[in-house]
Amino acid sequence: MKSSRKPPVFIHNLNVKVHKIFKKPLTGDYAFKLLAATFASIIFLILGLMIYELIKGSQLSLQRFGIEFLIGTKWDPAISQVFGVLPLILGTLVTSAIALLIGVPISLCIGLALSEYAPKRFGFAISFLVELLAAVPSVIYGLWGIFTLIPFLRNNVYAYLQGILGFIPLFSGPIYGGGVLTGGIILAIMIIPTVSAVSRDVFSAVPNTQREAMISLGATKWETAKNVISYARSGVIGAIILGLGRAVGETMAITMVIGNKFQLLPSSLFDAWYTMSAIIANEFTEATYGLYVSALIEVGLVLFFVALIINVLARLVVWRSLKLVRGIARE
Amino acid sequence: MFSPYKFEIESLNAWFGSKHVLKNINMKIKEKAVTAVIGPSGCGKTTFIRCLNRMHEIVPGAKVSGRVLFNGMDIYNEDVDPVQIRRKMGMVFQKPNPFPMMSIYDNAAAGLKLNGIRDKEKLDSVVERSLKLAILWDEVKDDLNKSGASLSGGQQQRLCIARALAVEPEVMLMDEPCSALDPIATAKIETLIRMLAEDYTVVIVTHNMQQAARVSDFTAFLYLGELIEFGSTKEIFENPRSELTEKYITGEFG
Ligand SMILES: Nc1ncnc2c1ncn2[C@@H]1O[C@H](COP(=O)(O)OP(=O)(O)OP(=O)(O)O)[C@@H](O)[C@H]1O
Ligand SMILES: [Mg+2]
Repeated sequence: MKSSRKPPVFIHNLNVKVHKIFKKPLTGDYAFKLLAATFASIIFLILGLMIYELIKGSQLSLQRFGIEFLIGTKWDPAISQVFGVLPLILGTLVTSAIALLIGVPISLCIGLALSEYAPKRFGFAISFLVELLAAVPSVIYGLWGIFTLIPFLRNNVYAYLQGILGFIPLFSGPIYGGGVLTGGIILAIMIIPTVSAVSRDVFSAVPNTQREAMISLGATKWETAKNVISYARSGVIGAIILGLGRAVGETMAITMVIGNKFQLLPSSLFDAWYTMSAIIANEFTEATYGLYVSALIEVGLVLFFVALIINVLARLVVWRSLKLVRGIARE
Repeated sequence: MFSPYKFEIESLNAWFGSKHVLKNINMKIKEKAVTAVIGPSGCGKTTFIRCLNRMHEIVPGAKVSGRVLFNGMDIYNEDVDPVQIRRKMGMVFQKPNPFPMMSIYDNAAAGLKLNGIRDKEKLDSVVERSLKLAILWDEVKDDLNKSGASLSGGQQQRLCIARALAVEPEVMLMDEPCSALDPIATAKIETLIRMLAEDYTVVIVTHNMQQAARVSDFTAFLYLGELIEFGSTKEIFENPRSELTEKYITGEFG
């Protein structure tokens, strides 16, 4: 708590700065600060350069389509040369949402199992394997998706699913194997290692005194675990954001299984679709004229901002929940 | 079967892995009285009190042998569910451990909610009663929605006491409840302990000899995992049988 008699903070800071520039000798401490500040600002520089390059590269398309690019639903490089990305944005968001829907509960269970239930040594082994999975290149996931996951889902899961839920339009229609749901599933599989490893860490960081408080009140193992989740919830949200970030930007694996069909909405979860990253990867080498290339770069720009917005929103959520806890904690 | 003893402890042994920390403890703890457990650091006080509500066994590698009769029934019997045992006993820890993500109200109501009680009126009345019992009500009655972590250390400890009291346990187990507190907060909690003894059985671990003398009816002196002496507090402090006890009480070691 600050006393109200001190001069305003900014004046104090200004004094310190002036003092630093004119009077302070270049001590190691100061030199280090300078160095750290320089590297920190390089991050902003790189970010700025990236945005600049993306905007520069997409000039043609920006000028030609303006806002139409964002809400356009047509992608026709061959004849009319019109480009719109709304379907791609939807494809990216929906597949990522499916990934979270499937991946997060599984990951939280793995995280809880590792931190709360597994004997220590066993937990270590599993944690190691889980983290290893996070390092597998995504093209491997893609290949595995094509050769193993797609046939498996087509033959054993989807027909069955349709049998039960077929009356809902989402689950009707022809089954190819690849498609929206398969894309979501492979993304889910890809985010599970990250999300479960991070959530295991945040669960393990919950002080034991919290568990003991629950147990001494006569809580069962599961009730204690629920309390651990609630204690660690801001960390859990952080873990989910990391997963979401990976899902939104993921390219190779999803390209290989989603079917790459440009359409506003798929007819069902089994239908093919497209995502922003997938279209860049697929069409960049085929882009034969300036506007086409420029449109693809603008897709990259949009992807960049979608990822940015998701991150900022998620961070706000974390920050708010932290502030809620701490804010009530110390007013 | 009537017995004036809440706990009858028979050849209790406890281990951490291969480390033997409680050695053949025999002791009877009187109902509606305060029993203090004293002894130098590391002698097994915490372990002892945690054996009484089966909290010792949750540490990986920890082991217990012997019998602990609670109301005449062995809590280490195979068909006893430790969760049910713990619900009958409140525990207060050395360091205050309120739930920071819950409000003061929810902290106090946590045990009831575990028991499936959702009725708002019932919760309200129990929360108020236990906060009053813990001498905290007047300080927090206007801030019941604030986080349990927003309180001072002493208030947090009293909140933990309220949380434990809310489920109307038969026994309160307190592990150095005042070790993190200032003299004023300590005095409040000591008053509270004396009050509790009218209805509850209290077992309190303490480092502080004066505290043991002030609040307890009976005192147990543990040394290196063994029960050296156990008797009425008056006897132990004025007339100890063992030389070790006398040395410890007069502050020659420990
Ligand atoms: N989790 C643990 N794993 C292994 N050994 C432990 C563990 N907890 C305690 N011990 C050991 O068991 C013995 C008894 O510990 P205990 O905590 O019961 O002592 P205490 O009398 O409560 O001490 P203090 O007054 O310092 O709290 C000590 O020698 C300690 O080193
Ligand atoms: Mg202790």
